[in-house]
Amino acid sequence: MLTILALLPLVGGLVVWFLKGTMARYVGLAVALVTFVYSVVVAAVHLRGTDLSEHQVWIKAFGAYYALGLDGMGLLMVLLTTLLVPVVLLAEQRSDEEGRWGGQVWTGLVLILESLSLYVFLATDVLLFYIFFEATLIPMYFLIAGWGGPKRARAAVKFLLFSLAGGLVLLFSVIGLGISFANQGAPSYLIEDLVKLNVSPSTQMLLFLGFFVAFAVKAPMVPVHTWLPDAAEQATPATSTLLVGILDKIGTFGMIRFCIGLFPEASRLATPVVVVLALISILYGALAAIGQRNMLRLVAFTSVSHFGFMVLGVFALTTQSISGTIFYMVNHGFSTAVLFLVVGYLARRRGSVEITSLGGVFQVAPVMAGMLLLGGLASLSLPGMGSFVGEFLVLAGTWSRYPVIAAVGTLGTVLAALYILIMYQRTMTGPVTEQTREYVTSDATWRERLALAPVILALLVLGFFPKPVLDITDQTAKQSMTTLNVSDPAPTVGQGR
Amino acid sequence: MTLLEGLTPVAATGLFPLAWLMIAIPLVVAGLLLLLGRVTDGFGHYVATLAPIASFVVAVALFAGLLGRPEAQRAVTVPMYTWIKTGSWTVEANLLIDPLSIVFALLVTGVGGLIHVYSIGYMAHDPGRRRFFAYLNLFIAAMLTLVLSDNYLVLFVGWEGVGLASYLLISFWQHKPTAATAGKKAFVVNRVGDLGMTMAIFTMLAMFGSSSFEAVNAGASKMSPFWVTLLGLLLLVGACGKSAQVPLQSWLLDAMEGPTPVSALIHAATMVTAGVYLVVRSHAVYAETSVAALAVAIVGTVTLLAGAWIGTSKDDIKKVLAGSTMSQIGYMMLAAGIGPTAYAFAIFHLLTHGFFKANMFLGAGSVMHGMADDVNMRHYGGLAKSMQITYWTFLMGYLAIIGTPFFSGFYSKDSIIEAAWEKQPVLGALALIAAGVTAFYMTRLMFMTFWSRKRWQEGVHPHESPAVMWVPLVLLAIPSVIAGMVMNSWIGGWLAPAVGGEVPVGVSWLPRVSVIGLVTLAVVIAGVLVAYLVFGRTSIPESVPYTRNVFTIMGRHDLYGDTFNEVVFMRPGEALTRGIVALDDGVVDGAVQGGASLALGLGGGLRRLQNGYVRSYGLTMVIGVIVVGLALVIGRLV
Amino acid sequence: MNPNYYVVLAAILFTIGIVGFLVRRNALVLFMSVELMLNACNLLLVSFSRVHGNLDGQAASFFVMVVAAAEVVVGLSIIVMIYRARHSANVDNENLLRY
Repeated sequence: MLTILALLPLVGGLVVWFLKGTMARYVGLAVALVTFVYSVVVAAVHLRGTDLSEHQVWIKAFGAYYALGLDGMGLLMVLLTTLLVPVVLLAEQRSDEEGRWGGQVWTGLVLILESLSLYVFLATDVLLFYIFFEATLIPMYFLIAGWGGPKRARAAVKFLLFSLAGGLVLLFSVIGLGISFANQGAPSYLIEDLVKLNVSPSTQMLLFLGFFVAFAVKAPMVPVHTWLPDAAEQATPATSTLLVGILDKIGTFGMIRFCIGLFPEASRLATPVVVVLALISILYGALAAIGQRNMLRLVAFTSVSHFGFMVLGVFALTTQSISGTIFYMVNHGFSTAVLFLVVGYLARRRGSVEITSLGGVFQVAPVMAGMLLLGGLASLSLPGMGSFVGEFLVLAGTWSRYPVIAAVGTLGTVLAALYILIMYQRTMTGPVTEQTREYVTSDATWRERLALAPVILALLVLGFFPKPVLDITDQTAKQSMTTLNVSDPAPTVGQGR
Repeated sequence: MTLLEGLTPVAATGLFPLAWLMIAIPLVVAGLLLLLGRVTDGFGHYVATLAPIASFVVAVALFAGLLGRPEAQRAVTVPMYTWIKTGSWTVEANLLIDPLSIVFALLVTGVGGLIHVYSIGYMAHDPGRRRFFAYLNLFIAAMLTLVLSDNYLVLFVGWEGVGLASYLLISFWQHKPTAATAGKKAFVVNRVGDLGMTMAIFTMLAMFGSSSFEAVNAGASKMSPFWVTLLGLLLLVGACGKSAQVPLQSWLLDAMEGPTPVSALIHAATMVTAGVYLVVRSHAVYAETSVAALAVAIVGTVTLLAGAWIGTSKDDIKKVLAGSTMSQIGYMMLAAGIGPTAYAFAIFHLLTHGFFKANMFLGAGSVMHGMADDVNMRHYGGLAKSMQITYWTFLMGYLAIIGTPFFSGFYSKDSIIEAAWEKQPVLGALALIAAGVTAFYMTRLMFMTFWSRKRWQEGVHPHESPAVMWVPLVLLAIPSVIAGMVMNSWIGGWLAPAVGGEVPVGVSWLPRVSVIGLVTLAVVIAGVLVAYLVFGRTSIPESVPYTRNVFTIMGRHDLYGDTFNEVVFMRPGEALTRGIVALDDGVVDGAVQGGASLALGLGGGLRRLQNGYVRSYGLTMVIGVIVVGLALVIGRLV
Repeated sequence: MNPNYYVVLAAILFTIGIVGFLVRRNALVLFMSVELMLNACNLLLVSFSRVHGNLDGQAASFFVMVVAAAEVVVGLSIIVMIYRARHSANVDNENLLRY
């Protein structure tokens, strides 16, 4: 069932490749929707307790398996992916003229990317994970290089080099992990076997570092974040949505599943350093976002800040903060999708997303401005939005272990208000500028509204009724805590209600 | 002094399970108006006006329900659903109906309903009317969430919700850059206050594993002195942001950019008093920490002086009232900081202030309506004749705020001054002085607006506002007059169980005659007289007169609050962001670019070897073979 | 069997091939030099195969011959084309593959 889920978009993507024009668009959208529906079915089956994991020998000599499985976090990431892809396909439709290749190639690449990402989230074999982790770079490279701004080729290469460098370090660790484990007995890359790995602390720290560095590049943490603003600025907003919304999540996903799951002792040891790095990311990203002049770069830097929160949550090592992180990962996917796609709508009309090139958009396109504000409010974690629950749990969980760190991290929420509202004020409010009146002649179309409606709805529903999803994230969080052999700081003053 | 323990909530029965309707109705209406768009342009504002009235009806029913219960059972928890559950933490989205929350709910929905009615007239010709009413309803829903929640985290949802509504409404006329800036400023300053609020909630979760009032009240006495003081101070920071207390006061004066009904509802009667509510709600915490309680009192005193000071020197009628609001909330904060003896007075003054300040703000709106939206009092004068209803209702508010005997403000403010005097004579004396200043600036306002000679600009024809606007004025003027008398004997006993105060004995509707009370009255009369001497006998110049009076200059500049923020936070902040961006482009990305250039340079050098001549490749190969061969031979030899 | 003579012969052939490849200019002669080197290798393969008494080396030499033949086919045709275009087979005139 999982294989079908992961292969569905791949097959669809290849079929779309050979279609033309509108046909390709509709078929692509249909495939994405079918995948989404199927993923919901899979989720339902999984939640009813059926074990869906698959297990085939792949390369016997290495102990590599074709093994897929679902856990709480994986399930949410799968749903995030399958929801965002149709949204993106609906929101941005490529005509044949604008890119390097025809529109059907774009749709095809997006679907292939979806398939590969699903494999990443489903793989329970480290080698299989690694293969797909690297494979996602291929369609993403072409998506960035094929469509977007004038310097997109450069941005694509930068993205590729950063990711490959991270991937290379990861490869060393993966090989090292396999060898260390093979020395103990039969070789295996299955996560369930690897947790029994027993190596010296220094070896474990080295292997941990390899994984961590790769994921830190992916999640973009300061100082290895510089590829993201460039890629976001040059790629189309839809590509950026997929990049930040799904692909970057692999970073934090990997930290929870592999860094903590496989190397608990090293994770515990590394915590102080990582937490400080995360803190730097939060503040640095937010401050840099305030100073940006391009809306896409601004959104990219907000993500650097938000990923700082997520990493902080992972390495604060409390059930609440890890659970909050996973929850935040989902909501961050939605909130950046709204921001990127609305900016994309504006870019289509105005042809530029420099902040100074817009002004007073609210008066000509109130719905678009409203959607941008909603996305912005989600990004600054307003209560009522799902992202608030995530960010709050991250910070509250951190506070129970490191109050000072959490206190400094909370400053990030003030800065978030600044970067969102300054951007909103400069572009959306005030008198209508000449250029805005000339270019932004229409409000969001029904297609554009329809594309964002499910995302905004999801943000609100998750904000007011987060409990069902938190139950799912708690599974993974509790499992991580067990692996780590760490328990939550107990309430200092008696147990409340 | 006997402290009553906080009430133990009992399960909801009868009408109480319907309490959620109070929040749901305005929320749903707000959502519908925003979603359905232009379809509802024609009738949306009527629906939106009915929503808070419906909530008011529910609130009255619940209030009656509470009255009918024995005192020990006047706290009802209405379970809704589990909001957050992770690890050992559970946050229920429950409602708590108790004596404190229900009076707040009545104030919010009652005054809110009247202001909705008023807005039908005030916003009649505004193209964004539907949006305006949707935001107002959103505000009502958020404010009710704030006051009805039974724990701090859900309270915080309402807390931020009213912040959002305030942001949207201040910058409602967002085509004006000043309005957009003011809205942003309000939101950001509030966020700074929220730092304290969120960290306070973090502390509660870490300490008690829960953020419910019940758990915090029960656990406060078991906390270590450090943490309980910190918790008290953090809550105070939150309260400062929302209630525009020094040092987070600067946003309130700018918030007057919003439409006047908004100023009346949000920035006078309800939202800005949320900080007082928060402090009173957290009475158990402040009972444990005299340091934090004293800090609350000091913040209140400083603000009440600063607000009054600003009020004396402004010419914008709304800004005078805004300064006055700051000052009056300062009184409430002072009362809340004094402790159990004065919690009831804080809420008492909050309610009376809600009535008379909403009344005066709406009156000011009515004046502006008649004066072609001019807010400069130097262009007013002599309006008592041309706008009679507005004048008389405003006069009621004026008499109430300066503390005329038997008017509402008299009871509540004098109680606070007396309590402050008993607790700490310095604070009492300052509060007393501020009462005189209040009398001075309000009298000045009355002279400049209603009593002096006409200074109208050309083409302005003052006229009375339509009935839809003056009826709410009248309805608010009534409680401005009688609320004090009605509630004086009752409010202390009603609130005592909820705020853990002592039950005052033998209070009647008659004012208690005391030395402090008489001194206060004398100071007030002095304030009025001074104002009469300065403004009543000489004519008021139409342009701002030059002055060398340092106090006036400082007051005109909002005591340099903005300048301070700009020099201390904004400029360095901007420099920091510029620095970070430069650092990111130059150093962090520069290292990457440098690495790329290095690789390119190396490649450029090496590619010169590819000269295309077969024989040079051949030679290279041969040399390579020889080198490898030699290496092998040497390796073998060694 | 003593392989020394064969090895010496192969070395001589190979050296002739290298020197020819480096000093001559005509593409055809270069080609013949390459063939010479290949066949020197073949000779070594065959002779050592004989020394070790199995056929692996001889099999390898067949591969070398096949590859050499294929190479000649491709190479010669390229040379013929270049000659037709430029009326010369001098390798020092051609640097089309320069960077």
